[in-house]
Amino acid sequence: MTYSYFPGCTLKNKAKDLDRYGRLSAAALGVELEEIEEWQCCGAVYPQASDEIATRLSSVRALNAAKEKGQPLLTLCSACHHVIKRVNHDLATNADIRTKVNNYLELDTPYQGETKVLHYLEMLRDEVGFDTLKKAVKNPMKGTKIAAYYGCLLLRPSGVMSFDDPENPSIIEDFIRAIGAEPVIYSQRNECCGGYMAMEDKGAAQDRVEKIHDSARKAGAELIITACPLCMYNLDVNGKENKLPVKYFTELLYRALGLEEAKDNV
Amino acid sequence: MSDKITKEEILRICNVQPKKCMKCGKCSGTCPAYDEMDYHPHQFVYMVEHGQIEKLMASQSIYKCLSCFACLERCPRNVEPAKLIEAVRLAVIRQQGKNHMTENDVPALLDEELPQQAIVSSMRKYKK
Ligand code: SF4
Ligand code: SF4
Repeated sequence: MTYSYFPGCTLKNKAKDLDRYGRLSAAALGVELEEIEEWQCCGAVYPQASDEIATRLSSVRALNAAKEKGQPLLTLCSACHHVIKRVNHDLATNADIRTKVNNYLELDTPYQGETKVLHYLEMLRDEVGFDTLKKAVKNPMKGTKIAAYYGCLLLRPSGVMSFDDPENPSIIEDFIRAIGAEPVIYSQRNECCGGYMAMEDKGAAQDRVEKIHDSARKAGAELIITACPLCMYNLDVNGKENKLPVKYFTELLYRALGLEEAKDNV
Repeated sequence: MSDKITKEEILRICNVQPKKCMKCGKCSGTCPAYDEMDYHPHQFVYMVEHGQIEKLMASQSIYKCLSCFACLERCPRNVEPAKLIEAVRLAVIRQQGKNHMTENDVPALLDEELPQQAIVSSMRKYKK
């Protein structure tokens, strides 16, 4: 399967690992990621106001590029996924937004939300399949207790994101099982880390982050994994001394697939 | 200037129907920014409905909301308080000279690790 891949601004800078491990692992799993040409930053925040048009355009350009290639659009950053998926939903369901966006873009054929938007984790679950992934694992992380941190952007609003059960998700736990580790369930896994406060109100962000680490620690976790660069930053930089290590899920995937050794053997 | 912003303008921006609210308080109960806010999500719903827009526009809550959509997901009446809060924030920053943050403020807030996503989102949320 070939996807139009939207890496987004952060994966080109501070979250290079999320991207690099994701690409290498996809290639090893036989999944082709074709980076969308000249993609523009999604804006990182979904414009909730129904009268905001300009802030939706970069998403629509990427969605239309995927449509023209007849490929689904694949995201990896939680924020890009959130924004692009919701804008796509607007184009499919909101006639006013659809008309204004298309009047502005003047595409050969109007874009009407045709592109399927998938997060990397959904690709693993729905296209590759966790059973197949399990068979491809060379270095199972036996016995490692891992806390899946969902945060907010992948799950909510569930009516649009359709990612997983918003209050009792299982996709990342299933991923953890597939790579041979043991998921731990803890109450804060789908509560916000306060990342958007991290710039202006560090104290408030630190309080949120401590709640998450504390909840994961008490459940017995040794490690937290995430798909969001802002959660990664916040959980790490604003964590206390006894914080748990935080990793991108793609890094664990890469190691479990034995790609590090493969690279060393070349 | 802010006295010109009406309830109708806020509702036009966000398409929310505050009348649907049954005042259960779940939105505020689940809000991770509750402690940082002066007015809370359920109060936004009530106060917009009653036209108390000016107070909300002066509130710090509009810069504390994390856009985490917990209130929106968990509201049993699908009122979508997060949208209302965003509409009030937009009504403020769309006014001349009312940006909450601009590019000039960013360097002082940066650290080594801060992801682009944080900066881009601040510019989207706090400035026009
Ligand atoms: S979206 Fe804003 S108001 Fe709603 S729960 Fe999250 S932080 Fe609170
Ligand atoms: S959760 Fe919904 S119904 Fe309950 S107080 Fe908040 S807005 Fe009103």
